[in-house]
Amino acid sequence: MAAKAHIGQTLISGGRVIDPANGLDAVTDVLIADGVIKAVNPSIPAESLDGEVQVIRADGMVVCPGFIDIHTHLREPGFEYKETIATGAAAAVRGGFTTICAMPNTEPSIDNGAMVDYVLSRGATTPARVKVIGCVSKDRAGHELADMEELIDAGVVAFSDDGDPVYDAGLMRLALTYSRGLGAPITNHCQEHALCCGGVMAEGWVSSRLGLAGIPAVAEEAMVARDIGLAELTGGRLHLAHLSSAGSVAMVRQAKARGLLVTAEVCPHHLLLTDQWALGLQCSPSVSAGPAAYDTHTKVYPPLRGDLDVAACIAGLADGTIDCVATDHAPHDRVSKECTYQDAAFGISVLETALGTVLATVHDGSISLSDMVERMTTGPARVLGDGFAKYAGLTPGTPADIVVFDPNALWTVDVNDFASMGRNTPLNGVELRGRVAATLVGGRVVFEEPGMLNTGGEL
Amino acid sequence: MVVAATGDTRILQSDPPPVQGRRRHVLDLDDFTAEELTATLDNADAMRGVLERDVKKVPALRGRVVITLFYEASTRTRISFEEAGKILSADVINMTASASSVEKGESLLNTGLTLQAMGVDVIVIRHPHAGAPHFLARNLANVAVINAGDGAHAHPTQGLLDLYTARAHLGGIAGRKVVIVGDVLHSRVARSAVWGFAGLGASVVLCGPPTLMPDPLVPQGWGTGTGGNGAPNPLADVTVQPDLDAAIEGADLVMALRLQTERQQRGFFPSVREYIRRWQVNDDRMARANTNALLMHPGPMNEGIEVSSRLAHGERSLIEEQVTNGVAIRMALLYQLAGATVVED
Repeated sequence: MAAKAHIGQTLISGGRVIDPANGLDAVTDVLIADGVIKAVNPSIPAESLDGEVQVIRADGMVVCPGFIDIHTHLREPGFEYKETIATGAAAAVRGGFTTICAMPNTEPSIDNGAMVDYVLSRGATTPARVKVIGCVSKDRAGHELADMEELIDAGVVAFSDDGDPVYDAGLMRLALTYSRGLGAPITNHCQEHALCCGGVMAEGWVSSRLGLAGIPAVAEEAMVARDIGLAELTGGRLHLAHLSSAGSVAMVRQAKARGLLVTAEVCPHHLLLTDQWALGLQCSPSVSAGPAAYDTHTKVYPPLRGDLDVAACIAGLADGTIDCVATDHAPHDRVSKECTYQDAAFGISVLETALGTVLATVHDGSISLSDMVERMTTGPARVLGDGFAKYAGLTPGTPADIVVFDPNALWTVDVNDFASMGRNTPLNGVELRGRVAATLVGGRVVFEEPGMLNTGGEL
Repeated sequence: MVVAATGDTRILQSDPPPVQGRRRHVLDLDDFTAEELTATLDNADAMRGVLERDVKKVPALRGRVVITLFYEASTRTRISFEEAGKILSADVINMTASASSVEKGESLLNTGLTLQAMGVDVIVIRHPHAGAPHFLARNLANVAVINAGDGAHAHPTQGLLDLYTARAHLGGIAGRKVVIVGDVLHSRVARSAVWGFAGLGASVVLCGPPTLMPDPLVPQGWGTGTGGNGAPNPLADVTVQPDLDAAIEGADLVMALRLQTERQQRGFFPSVREYIRRWQVNDDRMARANTNALLMHPGPMNEGIEVSSRLAHGERSLIEEQVTNGVAIRMALLYQLAGATVVED
């Protein structure tokens, strides 16, 4: 305990505390001591506390458990020119995420215990909690199962070949069966190759207009249907990554209604952006595709789709069909995006714009603020299992991972301010409403946005 | 310099007045108004006059540097741009490049920046990837970009020369029925023709194997307040009819597209034989069109596949004339983009 002593006491006072894990949504104070939640109480006067107290005045702010991202590409090892574990973690806490889960599509891929150890040890020196997802298949090649128990033993929280689907239905069946009882889901990136080969954006009038090869929604839906069937067959634990189509959401809703243990996530960009953003000019509809068209920052997998898909994803998130928001943070270097649309890499740098993007669904009345917080805290924790509950609530005795944000602060995205090395976002220059003011991990303030908080002079 | 009189005095002066409301780039025809389309065709008329002279040279682009930057094989388009530039006295430099991936060789951006730094005025680019001209236009502040074909997206100079050729023979475009038959899905020629012909008031019917028909180019409900921005749908009179016998009924102009035979290997249609059976433009089918209906093909033609040999070389065929008109159209565009003394942003 001596090592933690310097953290001392922190009092977050006057904020609207939203703690879905404990059914709390009220203006109240939160006291932190020695890195853990000490008390959540309507009135904790700082003067009543012994010893030094750091006070964070959070009037007008939301105070909630730190966000958990179960789908983060940190690129290290192998692609350190795109992102490192350290820069990715810095971006995470800037975005209010206190726990992130590194996807294993690195080079080499994370398919064995030694690789897990490497990422965990690098992550341990960062401000965020860095967890690791292990490969489903050896070398992420889609042929044979990775040593899944060894991976679990080393600490992985889920399995995924993300970046690619588990194409082989037989292998997916084996993975779901073999991993039963290991306590970690199989996260599949659903994309039927034969239906989208060569595609670079959603199939529809925009792709037709731009002469770009399209990816129909059924490319995703076909594999979602397959995987739901396999989950039912095996009793395995299936998690569906980054759903983007109305059809996928409907199938998950139906599967849950039948009592299947299937979970799903949606990315912030699929809640706000449509394929029309590929026409440039931040989506202002236009007859002509001028020089701003073919904005490679809109190239992402799954692709940005139409208004109806966006509406279905929002509805699915609101009614709980979709369990959580996950960023699919996919940072890239400049060269990977400064090229033609066809040559450009898939992916958006999301961590630092996620909150402002998701809050758009709150501001337009589609989802309540407390439900949104649920989908970014207890929602993702539930996907990963019981071990994560302690990071997802403000329960006394659990680690003080907390985010303080102003849901109404207007700010303009400027990629030059990003902590992430990935400046690839179509939202650069776009005004968002809602911004992180401070992030605490284990009771320590690991990020504070200058000028947003009255920190009582001690911070 | 002696130049003979033709209809348009603008190209006859060594120091022509700036074109009103000039555009910076030619990326597609989707941002051409009917007035601008017509003005361009009118300018091409004047350029046709230059082409018919004994001495084919005017000084309109003297001191301008035009680069043809071709990442794809091309004969007629590249040569016609080169000829157009040289007749207008521009210095024309041809550059062929391999469309290697971004990891290999110099990136498209760096190539563009290098050319800009060398003081090039116009880049004429052909690239296998849709949007490559837009990418250059977005990143080069001081260069005019002309799209000479980008992937399956657009080929605006082909579209204009098709319009020009059609107008010369039909007398006008408005109210005419144009049938475009073939692999519309992968055709940049078709996309630009659609914007051009629809932009001048023709009705356009797209025809070909159902597997090679594209989605509509504008959202459903465009112009009804539920799509677009409430503006009228510029493509309201564009329809799809896969049956050629039905599509060609009453047509004034039939445009057959080049069939990439590798599409058959990818299964878009069962066999070339079946394609010919269903979609070849031949005498029997032309008989269903209007009397004196015309045939066009952007080339290069697979003679006997897209079009029967008899028809291709018959009197209704405008295929060779399209090539001649290509030079005139490209002269007009180069002049409109770079021919003025005032460089505007």
